[in-house]
Amino acid sequence: MSEQSQQSSGRRAAGAFDIRNFIGLLLGLYGVILVVAQFLDSEEQLAKADGLRVNLWTGLALLVTALVFFVWARLRPIVVPEDGPEGHSDGS
Amino acid sequence: MFVMAAEEQLRLDVNWIDYLIVALYFVFVLGIGFAARRSVSSSIDFFLSGRSLPAWVTGLAFVAANLGAVEIIGMSANGANYGIPTVHYFWVGAVPAMLFLGIVMMPFYYGSKVRSVPEFMRRRFGTGAHLVNALSFALAQLLIAGVNLFLLATIVEVILGWPLWVSLFVAAAIVLSYTTLGGLSAAIYNEVLQFFVIVAALLPLTLVGLHMVGGWDGLKSRVAESTGGAEQLSSWPGTALTGFDSPFWSVVGIVFGLGFVLSFGYWTTNFVEVQRAMASKSMASAQSTPIIGAFPKMFVPFIVIFPGMIAAVLVNEISEPKSSGGTPDYNNALIYLIRDLLPNGMLGLAIAGLLASFMAGMAANISAFNTVFSYDLWETYVVKDREDGYYLKVGRVATALATVVAIGTALFASQYNNIMDYLQTLFGFFNAPLFATFILGMFWKRMTPTAGWVGLVSGTLAAVLVAVLSEGTLGVLSVGVLPLSGQGASFAAAGAAFVVDIVVSVLVTMVTAPKPESELRGLVYSLTPKADFHDDTDVDLAWYQQPTKLAGIALVMVIALNVVFW
Repeated sequence: MSEQSQQSSGRRAAGAFDIRNFIGLLLGLYGVILVVAQFLDSEEQLAKADGLRVNLWTGLALLVTALVFFVWARLRPIVVPEDGPEGHSDGS
Repeated sequence: MFVMAAEEQLRLDVNWIDYLIVALYFVFVLGIGFAARRSVSSSIDFFLSGRSLPAWVTGLAFVAANLGAVEIIGMSANGANYGIPTVHYFWVGAVPAMLFLGIVMMPFYYGSKVRSVPEFMRRRFGTGAHLVNALSFALAQLLIAGVNLFLLATIVEVILGWPLWVSLFVAAAIVLSYTTLGGLSAAIYNEVLQFFVIVAALLPLTLVGLHMVGGWDGLKSRVAESTGGAEQLSSWPGTALTGFDSPFWSVVGIVFGLGFVLSFGYWTTNFVEVQRAMASKSMASAQSTPIIGAFPKMFVPFIVIFPGMIAAVLVNEISEPKSSGGTPDYNNALIYLIRDLLPNGMLGLAIAGLLASFMAGMAANISAFNTVFSYDLWETYVVKDREDGYYLKVGRVATALATVVAIGTALFASQYNNIMDYLQTLFGFFNAPLFATFILGMFWKRMTPTAGWVGLVSGTLAAVLVAVLSEGTLGVLSVGVLPLSGQGASFAAAGAAFVVDIVVSVLVTMVTAPKPESELRGLVYSLTPKADFHDDTDVDLAWYQQPTKLAGIALVMVIALNVVFW
């Protein structure tokens, strides 16, 4: 949820909350869970993919992706004008 | 439709980490519904997100709305069965039509400020064509929402062992909560989230699968050694896919049947898709929506078809019957691969991705249905001229009713699978002639209201006729006079619908009265000032915000992909 959407209290601010933070948070949490899960991988689980640490690598990739979303949302925040539905410089 | 046989051996070995990942996903889905609720203050907010969304959001939602159960399960099954030729559904059967929608048709849809595709039909052709379009569309959405729901519940039953009705009601309740709360915004934002979860689930699966078969070269040699042979490694002429014996007719069928009639009919007139573009904030964004969507769309085959192909050589349950002439359970190819390759943790993410895909499809159907029901049927024909808040309420009630009907449809589907299959085919026939009527109506000012609905009806009947004459397309109803079946038959049916629609529309126009030109501004190309096709706010756009330049890049890329996998 971006601060701007809260300041513009009311007037046609549909689409003003920032989905990028939601995506970043969910993928980031998944990343953490997978990185932790890889310590719990049993031999049998690892053998499924020939010893490849699937959880670890996917987890790290998800953490990097999450970071990209946070940085993007920070660098190009959504600006909601008080009087209109337009949401500009949202990185579109 | 696909029947998941509930074999006892296909149970995924899930633990608490997997359930945690799936649960977390549902928390976020509902959270988005609540967050989006705060922004719904009028019916335009609810049905069209207040026309305020940025193009990358609507573009990804455009793809995700189509990335439902039928796409993921169906296309990975086709990948396992036919191999590379399946890419035609994406590179020939989707991307060109998406670019055409953005460049040619979106200016009419967005510029005329209509709130739905049937509404465009009503303003251009009046009541007759509008009723045909709005009713068939609304019914088809209820049906397809039910099918998506049914597939979701069957998969959950197969992989987690939950009873069918439990997952049916849980999934329906979740979709209902966020679509009634946040309307189209909630559906669209969730589609964007779903898109990334689906990619996060399928991309690692594909990479691990490729690792196991020895990379791309390893996959090529193992597919070439398998029953399908090297034919499954090149996209053309795709005779196995079309069912045509002659390579020449197979190419013609793919290019004109799939690439032109079927795909243009689906992508350019289907309100489920077009609604995503209508929700964007300016003309340039609306035009960019399907064009931005084309970029992820052209890479979806790599994470859907490839896992299918990998499963066909790696998973015993698929590869053994395939090589011994049996009938493998291709629809389960993806799930078998997930079972064989992914450890707990990643397994949960894969399940979350599948559930995300199914819910995206169903929510897209429901949100398109409630718009057409509220604006095009209720407001136009039943209760006119009430205040805006009334139609917002109607929309919420329609959403709830649609969900109940979808549960009913899903329960029906679990009993009468074949009937549902044929009904889906039948509704597909309503799509086929739409593109002909739209494109003719947009560029030929003389075309009359009568020609609008007569063309649609006769085109649909022509498609049904071809299906009845072919072999098995409509089950026992098909008499088998024409030597066509499967995909080839639906290409032919769509082609017939298109030609008959055009011919009948032209003939009827000759003998009936056209609409006055003053009523056609914004609806017909030659009667619309060029300024209507541009927004004042669309100035100083960077190259990546200009629809035509983006479309050019997408076109070059999709041609390159076609050449690489020739």
